[in-house]
Amino acid sequence: MSDNLKIALGRRYNFVSSHRLHTAALSEEENYRVFGKCNNPFGHGHNYVAEIYVSGKVDPATGMIVNLADLDAFVEREVVEVFDHKSLNQDVPAFRDAVPTTENVCIEIFQRLKNFPLAKIERVRIEETGNNSFEYAGEALPDHARSDRQGMAQ
Amino acid sequence: MVYLTRKIDFSASHLYHNPALSAEENKRIFGKCNNPHGHGHNYTLEVTVVGEPDPVTGMVLDLKELKRILEQEITQRMDHRFLNYEVAELKDQIPTCENIVRVIWNLLEPKIKQGRLHKLRLYETPDLFAECYRNGAKPA
Repeated sequence: MSDNLKIALGRRYNFVSSHRLHTAALSEEENYRVFGKCNNPFGHGHNYVAEIYVSGKVDPATGMIVNLADLDAFVEREVVEVFDHKSLNQDVPAFRDAVPTTENVCIEIFQRLKNFPLAKIERVRIEETGNNSFEYAGEALPDHARSDRQGMAQ
Repeated sequence: MVYLTRKIDFSASHLYHNPALSAEENKRIFGKCNNPHGHGHNYTLEVTVVGEPDPVTGMVLDLKELKRILEQEITQRMDHRFLNYEVAELKDQIPTCENIVRVIWNLLEPKIKQGRLHKLRLYETPDLFAECYRNGAKPA
């Protein structure tokens, strides 16, 4: 029975960042109409939580899908160091052109983590606040949201 | 289909040690979790059962019955226990979240007769947890 089961490990990481929702594709008035107070030119910030789900075979010698120290070091390098205490618009290359909504943050974090060599990244769930969260599991994206488009390339 | 989730807590101690490995290897792999005297956690278990509500009672399963099963199978077995030494099902396994959640699945799955067990989530700390579900099932 156990062979039909999937075990996934979930781990939560914190980062704090500022952002401004604004796109050059719209006029000043339209930006304000669409994004409201999130369009404040000086930006604002959130305490984000990144919940990362990994799956794989549980190693009988260790009882682990992946050693937490290895997962933590990878997420620390690929996500926390890049996003924590940063301005998403100015400091994270992916958001030079793309709007740093948490939808896009979620996709970007999945793309940054998906090549983790030690386990499969199942999905990523980002809490922007305690009341808003976003989840992405690597589903196909329309062209305009592709991570390999200009500005999102890493 | 309706998904019903019940949460329980239990507190237990454990340590990570594989006797097939050297003391140095154990220390390298398991770090402070290898302390021979053990350490403990407040575990939280979320149990999700899926099914159709009964046309007469409106229930997927009677929560009192689920509460009784969880008390008998999990709380009595694991609460205020040293998992390595006192839980027979974990004997010869490292009591990681991954292994404990699988043991819990195998204990609960045959006992749940109304609806069926859909997913377990076991928190070791608020920032670390393991999930267990059937291959191919949506972990909703």
